[in-house]
Amino acid sequence: MSETVVEFDRLSRSFGAKRALNEVTLRVERGSVFGLVGENGAGKTTLIRHAIGLLKAKQGSVRVFQLDPVRHPKEVLGRIGYLSEDRDLPDWMTVAQLMRYNQAFYRGWDEAFAEQLREQFELDPKQQVKKLSRGQRARAGLLIALAHRPELLILDEPSSGLDPVVRRDILSAIIRTVADEGRTVLFSSHLLEEVERVADQVAMIHSGRVGLNGPLPEILQEHKRLVLRFGEPQLAEPNLPGAISCQGTGREWTVLCNGGVEELRVAASKCGAEIVDEGTPTLDEIFLARAGSQTDRQGAS
Amino acid sequence: MQIRISNSDGVPIYRQIVNQVKYLVAAGRLSSGDRLLPVRTLAEQLVVNPNTVSRAYRELESAGVITARQGSGAFVSDNGSPLALREKRKLLQQRVDMLLAEADSLGVDVTTVVKLLRDRSRKFNSE
Repeated sequence: MSETVVEFDRLSRSFGAKRALNEVTLRVERGSVFGLVGENGAGKTTLIRHAIGLLKAKQGSVRVFQLDPVRHPKEVLGRIGYLSEDRDLPDWMTVAQLMRYNQAFYRGWDEAFAEQLREQFELDPKQQVKKLSRGQRARAGLLIALAHRPELLILDEPSSGLDPVVRRDILSAIIRTVADEGRTVLFSSHLLEEVERVADQVAMIHSGRVGLNGPLPEILQEHKRLVLRFGEPQLAEPNLPGAISCQGTGREWTVLCNGGVEELRVAASKCGAEIVDEGTPTLDEIFLARAGSQTDRQGAS
Repeated sequence: MQIRISNSDGVPIYRQIVNQVKYLVAAGRLSSGDRLLPVRTLAEQLVVNPNTVSRAYRELESAGVITARQGSGAFVSDNGSPLALREKRKLLQQRVDMLLAEADSLGVDVTTVVKLLRDRSRKFNSE
């Protein structure tokens, strides 16, 4: 019964010699909160810019509401609320002018809701956009993104550089959007505890490629954090099959693995180690372990 | 119904909700027949995905802590008491563990600790 709202199909993109996206295939289903995570420069922003038609797909394809966002900008963009990391707003306008300007642009603009958000965010209508603080600027951008009650909310690193109060406004907006039947959120972030809180689907992007991709509860459940205790102090990182990362010193090492706990237990006992603690890692730990192993592999090759 | 979500302790969010609702029932801060906040309201209050709250409620339902009534929400079950007892024991057990660890480090044996508990309890009840 699910319906795909955003679809990237084997999307690749290069800027000069740099491969920014490499065969990215992802689907965002209606009603979900989809979190894109990855290091800076991993390709998240490039991917999002394709979804809103700022970049044209050269290899592979992009569909939003089953339409090509470059060929049908009016139909697509009118249904999207978008907030970028640099929160691009016309500096010379006042808050009131900014609201009127966007009201003219979006058919679904809800004037009462816009006013309610303006009050909630404590934005002075007479204030000039260029004089807004960083946090207030983000809130003004969020107001513009939300006030036409978009079917799809796209946020590119919305929390970056903001204080906890404004970050909470943004997260609340995500929850409120998705709690309304049938609306969808696609957002990128490197604050993984935020992603863990609000997302139900997560895709990790490393150097333009999709790594882990799936429902967040499954990703969390599949990974295990084990503490191994060796009979003898280990001078080098123990080589264990199935381990994504292995960190420690001496006798105790913490291993992160994706399933395969029994195999690891067997392998560990062969090296004279036993599992002394077992737990569920956070998304942050999973991400760090995976990002680390990726770098190692690239370094080795 | 006050629930706090912590990102730092490595416990999945839905499990934090489950544990805290169980705790609230055990502590008598939620009684049988009380209505839980609707999924949407709690999700907005905690700033977590509504599916996470739904999952916690499903788990609480299959554990018999709450009963979902079609169209009217989730309520604390009538038979909340046996579970509440279990939860109470679990809460006390943590304290007992700490007491035993401390007694051990002071070189006091279990028999002496038990005797001390009896003496204190007698004193408590006579006051």
